[in-house]
Amino acid sequence: MEAALRLAHLYPKLMNLYGDRGNILSLRRRCQQRGITLAVDELELGDALDPAAYDLVFIGGAQDREQQRVAVDLLGTKAEALHQAVEQGVVLLAVCGGYQLLGRYYRPAAGEELAGVGIFDAWTVHPGPAAKRFIGNVVVRWRGGTLVGFENHGGRTYLGPSARPLATVIAGFGNNGRDGSEGVVQGENAFGTYLHGSLLPKNPRFADHLIAQALRRRYGDVELEPLDDVLEERAHAEAVRLAKKKPIFGRR
Amino acid sequence: MSAILGLRTAAAVTTAKLVAALSRRLGFGGGTALPGLVADAVVPRLATRLAARLGHGSVLITGTNGKTTTARLVRNVAQAAGYRPVHNHSGSNLMRGITACLIEATDARGQFPQPERRLGIFEVDEATLPEAAVALSPRVVAFTNLFRDQLDRYGEVDSVAALWRPAVASLPPTITVVLNADDPGVAGLADACRGSVLFYAVSDISCAVDQIEHAADARWCPSCGREYSYSAVFYGHVGQWVCPGCGRGRPAADIEATRVKQSPDQPLRLALATPSGQFDLSLPLMGLYNVYNALAAVSVAVALGVPVDAIREGVASFTAAFGRQERMTVRGREVHTILAKNPAGLNQVLRAISAEEGPKNLLFFLNDDIADGRDVSWIWDVDFEMLAGQAALLLASGRRAADMALRLKYADIDADPAIEEDTESALEKALALTPEGERLYVIPTYTAMLHVRKLLARWGQRPPFWEEG
Ligand SMILES: [Zn+2]
Repeated sequence: MEAALRLAHLYPKLMNLYGDRGNILSLRRRCQQRGITLAVDELELGDALDPAAYDLVFIGGAQDREQQRVAVDLLGTKAEALHQAVEQGVVLLAVCGGYQLLGRYYRPAAGEELAGVGIFDAWTVHPGPAAKRFIGNVVVRWRGGTLVGFENHGGRTYLGPSARPLATVIAGFGNNGRDGSEGVVQGENAFGTYLHGSLLPKNPRFADHLIAQALRRRYGDVELEPLDDVLEERAHAEAVRLAKKKPIFGRR
Repeated sequence: MSAILGLRTAAAVTTAKLVAALSRRLGFGGGTALPGLVADAVVPRLATRLAARLGHGSVLITGTNGKTTTARLVRNVAQAAGYRPVHNHSGSNLMRGITACLIEATDARGQFPQPERRLGIFEVDEATLPEAAVALSPRVVAFTNLFRDQLDRYGEVDSVAALWRPAVASLPPTITVVLNADDPGVAGLADACRGSVLFYAVSDISCAVDQIEHAADARWCPSCGREYSYSAVFYGHVGQWVCPGCGRGRPAADIEATRVKQSPDQPLRLALATPSGQFDLSLPLMGLYNVYNALAAVSVAVALGVPVDAIREGVASFTAAFGRQERMTVRGREVHTILAKNPAGLNQVLRAISAEEGPKNLLFFLNDDIADGRDVSWIWDVDFEMLAGQAALLLASGRRAADMALRLKYADIDADPAIEEDTESALEKALALTPEGERLYVIPTYTAMLHVRKLLARWGQRPPFWEEG
């Protein structure tokens, strides 16, 4: 297949806490092996986003301090373009902190509420420093099978009526540790999730789901050639097994 | 009053010693932490009481990477200078481990033999530093560097920095603080210091790398928010930095490596400029990160007033902490074991390995126990790509072997990564696949290192160059 896709990686320097680079490596490699060129543009603070130029947008997670600066920049320079892009069918993946910032708002443990971009009909509340942080291996079920990853978040995310959960929790906490939901799908093409680890290398079917969607929008109906995913599937299966097993603490 | 306290201290020490003996006997590991816990229950603040009996006081060493190596270097230097160190060499670096180490060095009454020659040398967990600084009233506190490490335990890099700042600010002005001038996250602590500060740095720019690594952390100025600019990057975010916004920059160094000579199979050679004069140093380790460890140790020695001859003798007599960097011959192969537990550390290890000649045989162990960090996503922040075209053997082992193999696959290193989860089988296989006479690099995370060490110690021999002096 002769095809080319373009991805905007938002804030790769500021939002790169949990090995998010692996998501880009996975997309690039899975495209390359099928003869699809994936160009990646890195957009930092102050850089404008051209909504017509991209097929995919990715944003990862960060520390609180960096997250605040990103929140301000998103609203100032990118929010409108992001809305346009998502309306036009650009595929968006937001992980952890990026997921939170693209919701309606984030209310931290202390200090002011951060306004979100509002791509997702979702909001996040941090219940305070005494509340348990959701940390650990996680396995969830989405329409394409299981997804595996690691979560590490204090905020609890709740979905509004126009959003659907991406998946249901099998082991771990997910959005809020209460309703069994994990992540979000807004429309057909905007995805948010707490799973890092990196997410896409170990979840090749989800990676292909994103690529196929981006291709279909630009090139019409496409069929992705299967790849040699023996190692990917093995890592996936191992992660499912470990997430289901309760960790034995204190064993050293 | 003091007689009663004395009695209680003695009682606590005796009980703790019994617990230590018992826990070793029953096979609960080395008995390093439990006695500390028990003693604390009998006499609170036992560590404070015992530390006050150290004739020369104590030194605390903390930071993300290099604290074990730095503490061991300081210990060797202190020994060469005639001190009798009390040192938590097992790496048990929480308060209970330090308490246990103090107990072990005392007699049944809680007294040190030769108390006037005693110097406490404690490596301290990053998050434990505030507590240790209060409990142990140190003379010198040294910081190595600040990188992301075990985010599942510490939360965030920023939260470690936020713990250090008030701890440093509350130290009495008589205490010397030793800081890495090249790490902006560490150098910035100077603003909070009330007493004297000794900065150390590398000034040989031939050590610089082309660009900032992916795993760099402290890239933004906390005062004005601008991104630092670098005239030279040595590793991670460590280098010659300056803030283009407010002009804050790398402070002038007191202890400086003016020349660094690295060559394969040779000890590192350093030319140092210090307040005690200029001198050369030979360090039987590899990697620029160990140059920083040596600089931190020399700075501590300078702060203590140790003469240059003792510094040189102590450093030259150094052997790496077990497993952290160790060479031995096993079945005709030279096995080089190097601990790696976070992106910055592993990048440095890979850089040192790729600087050596010939094809590389590599065995990686990735575990996800609490001591390793339960979150293995950090391997995606490591620049394995630098091994491209260099690997003859790529083997992944440990509980997260499949994750490691997958990361290696995406690094496009040529050799296909293979998986062998079991530690012993992985070592067997790696040795069999490494041609005789060649070198095998074994790169484990912390808990894997403990297991690897045990096996290799049984099978191999350490060459004299690396033997404990
Ligand atoms: Zn500044």
